[in-house]
Amino acid sequence: MTDQAIILTGKPQTWTRARTGWALFALACVLAAGNYVLPAGLVRPPEWLILPFADWINAIFVFLRDDLGLLYLTRAFADGVEWLLDVTANLLYGKNRWPRVGPIPWTVIASIGFVIGYALQGWRLSLLTGGTFVWIAVMGQWKWAMETLSVIVVAAPFSILFGLVMGILAWRSKTFERILNPVLNVAQSLPHFAYMIPVVVFIGVGPKAGAIVTIIFSVPPMIRMSLLGLRKVPHEVIESGHMCGSTRWQLLRYVRIPTARTEILVGVNQVIMQCLAMVVLASFIGMPGLGQKLLQLLQALKIGRSVEIGITIVLLAVMLDRCTKAWATKQPEHFEKGTSFAVRHKFLLLGIGLSLACLVLAQFFPLMDQVGRRDAFTISKPIDAVADWFIVLIDPVTQWLRWFLITWVLIPIRDAFLWMPYAAVLALLAAVGWAIGGLRSALVCLAFFGLIAISGWWDRAMITVYTVVVAVCIAAAMGFPLGIWGSFNEKRASVALLICDTLQTFPSFIYLIPVVMLFGVNDVAVVGAVVLFAAVPLVRYTIEGLRQVPETLIEAADMSGATRMQTLWKVRLPMALPTIMVGVNQSVMFSLFMVIIAAFIGTQDLGQEMQRALSSTDVGKGLVLGLAVAFMGLMVDHLVTTWARSKKEALGLE
Amino acid sequence: MTAASPVISCKNVWKLFGANPEQYLKSLTGNPGFDEIRQAGYIAAVRDVSLDIAQGEMLVIMGLSGSGKSTFVRCLSRLIDITGGEVQVEGRNIGEMSEKELIDLRRNKMGMVFQSFGLLPHRTVLDNVAFPLEMRGQDRHARRARALEVIELVGLSGREDYFPRELSGGQQQRVGIARSLAIEPDIWFLDEPFSALDPLIRREMQDEFLRLQEMLGKTIVFITHDFDEALRLADRIAIMKDGVVEQCDTPDQIVLNPATEYVAKFTEEIEKSRVVHAGVLARDVNGHSLTGAPVGEKQTILELARLLVNDSRDFLPVANNAGSLIGAMNRQEALDVLLGEAS
Repeated sequence: MTDQAIILTGKPQTWTRARTGWALFALACVLAAGNYVLPAGLVRPPEWLILPFADWINAIFVFLRDDLGLLYLTRAFADGVEWLLDVTANLLYGKNRWPRVGPIPWTVIASIGFVIGYALQGWRLSLLTGGTFVWIAVMGQWKWAMETLSVIVVAAPFSILFGLVMGILAWRSKTFERILNPVLNVAQSLPHFAYMIPVVVFIGVGPKAGAIVTIIFSVPPMIRMSLLGLRKVPHEVIESGHMCGSTRWQLLRYVRIPTARTEILVGVNQVIMQCLAMVVLASFIGMPGLGQKLLQLLQALKIGRSVEIGITIVLLAVMLDRCTKAWATKQPEHFEKGTSFAVRHKFLLLGIGLSLACLVLAQFFPLMDQVGRRDAFTISKPIDAVADWFIVLIDPVTQWLRWFLITWVLIPIRDAFLWMPYAAVLALLAAVGWAIGGLRSALVCLAFFGLIAISGWWDRAMITVYTVVVAVCIAAAMGFPLGIWGSFNEKRASVALLICDTLQTFPSFIYLIPVVMLFGVNDVAVVGAVVLFAAVPLVRYTIEGLRQVPETLIEAADMSGATRMQTLWKVRLPMALPTIMVGVNQSVMFSLFMVIIAAFIGTQDLGQEMQRALSSTDVGKGLVLGLAVAFMGLMVDHLVTTWARSKKEALGLE
Repeated sequence: MTAASPVISCKNVWKLFGANPEQYLKSLTGNPGFDEIRQAGYIAAVRDVSLDIAQGEMLVIMGLSGSGKSTFVRCLSRLIDITGGEVQVEGRNIGEMSEKELIDLRRNKMGMVFQSFGLLPHRTVLDNVAFPLEMRGQDRHARRARALEVIELVGLSGREDYFPRELSGGQQQRVGIARSLAIEPDIWFLDEPFSALDPLIRREMQDEFLRLQEMLGKTIVFITHDFDEALRLADRIAIMKDGVVEQCDTPDQIVLNPATEYVAKFTEEIEKSRVVHAGVLARDVNGHSLTGAPVGEKQTILELARLLVNDSRDFLPVANNAGSLIGAMNRQEALDVLLGEAS
């Protein structure tokens, strides 16, 4: 995290704090310089220092599973989920299970999609929702997409309910919230795979495991949003509820929850997006559907077909995001007195009518029922052709880039990271922590990385750190200028923000398609995918930060005769910096996630080990690795938020 | 309960905010000032307030922001638990009520209107107004009938199916008023109901409010920071500062005999003749010979201005509504109120 240090140290606040920071930095330099004369115990954590965390965790899990009989409970729950999955599977793609009526013809689902989109926002959304289903059917991906959707349909309601209940509990009890908060912090920075391993141990592999890992993974944002919504209900609304003689339950049911509607629905939106991201990744634990297809095709380097699936996933993501957002912001409208039943319920009636019509037509025209493989369109050939042409065209560039990056950037930096004695790294982090937040932050940094050191995965962790550092630096080099350019006029900014928001709804897996296409399967592709993924929040927050600078300040600068560049450097950027740092923070988080996911295209870092832990269902190892990643993220998060808070206070923004 | 006993009775009510207010209150001796309490780390929102509110009376609590008036009214309905003292509503100590009794009291006896309306954004006007009835468990049909009745009362007929955000501020507050009246409460709390409205609308709503009060005759506690509004509406005004009631009296008395310097400052700018009624200036007849037509006790001195200037009598007879004589008004005294004391 060295360049984090460069970005973050900034202007030290007090002389003494800075001096301690520099002293620690000097210590780090001395330790690094003395690499060859240092005792071995300071270069790499010695054997005796490494604690068998994995064994301890495994012991706990064995105890939970066998002695406490938690296995029966989870299996029972999983059976319930499986039953629901079978029902939706039968309805959506005709799996041979109760109620054995499916599959529903695709035209029926598409027409319902049209109507829901129209009811929520109008024609454009209607075209998106309906069009997505038409595309899926026509491209012959119906079964895979429905396998994916059937899991979301089951998992999302569980997460929403569970998250809402937890949110209410946290809102009721301060103690519960205090316990829950750090748990959520860790949970939200654990990489996807860390969730999968325990689920495989307790439940096994297949769709139900996929559904359960999806439920667990998507709960945290729902808890956060419910809590936030309940907190934000205006005081007077609650008092008016009291004065109307509500009991506690009535107050919650009729006053607090409905008034917190918007936040709760934003939570629902996040749950659904997380569900989609996870369902796609759950292909690693045998979840059939779009994710599995994409994984197979990518590994076989079938670019055209994987682009097709990629488009489907992207369409689903954008559709689900837009629909739930439209639902969250939709305000109730009243009907004039005497409006007839038909007009009041026109969307319901329209939906039923269209569905029935499609159902009947499907009996006569088999193509309206299901589109078989033979009848499906494919655009993979032209895509392959274009991709091939393009790859050949830019091959010299990519070849050179690959060679240059690997030999002159990636390998030297990686070696440098691996060469550093761990004591020097710890001293350096302590220096950064001290410069930013004094003793407390220094201790936080030491604690997080100290734990990684004694977990015994130091070298792997350093490779992860190096990939993230390189990727975030490249992303920043691209993202900041792009963000600054994007913020210069209002129209450009809103278009750029819309693109960024849309890109952020894509499941991380999607970002692998173009880089694998361009660079094949190697280190450069990994870094490329991480850079793409990490650049989005940087651009987004740079634009947002620059746009939020108060108009009066810019006018004042203009009236002082500042040129555009002067205004940018002296006024806009300093004011926007706290917001931009939020982007840096998110970018680091995203990179960590992406590095781990990218493991399957060949890395040597924690992610690779995590995949091994997954295939050997080693819970202890998997969780230790996951926590190591989470600790990196939490440390950066701590540093950035501490810095941004003090900066904001200094600027008088809060 | 006899007609004479007060509906709401406060005895030495204290409300302190801070770490351990009960204990701190017990340790207090004498009557410490606001700043003294603040130095100890507590905020005194209500300090040792005792007052009674009679059946059918309109008490206006007046004070600047931060004077503790909103906190005080919340003590009366136990939206806030008090630190010391006692609040009795119809003879029962509300501090000792169980949650169920308190809910019953609010469901049947109390209504409240809030400054920023406190409407439920996801419910239509009709459902907002019917909300307290729904909480009581009344059936749908009865709820609807009663809600439509009060909606008509506040003049919002035809807007039943609107949502709060589709209404103007004044209309939203009418919904708030209708909701607070739906259960036919005996006691009506209004916490700065018109402060969030434009001056013109505010005036209109005050008229509307007076009309409703004339019709319904409820016991009212009305909070405002607007002295003109207080004078316009009140039977009695309680002026609060730093949690203490500085004076609680009729508007006439507050204007004529301010109890403290603070109250005097408030009344300085007020046109006294608009507030003071003939009845207040009426003294015992004491053998003065009274001639001519009497003035009504409810007439203000301003309304009588022309008469006072043109008349030549030293003492004017004052009669009540029924027409019987209640006393004599010294014309000079009345002229002093009208024109200011001769210097």
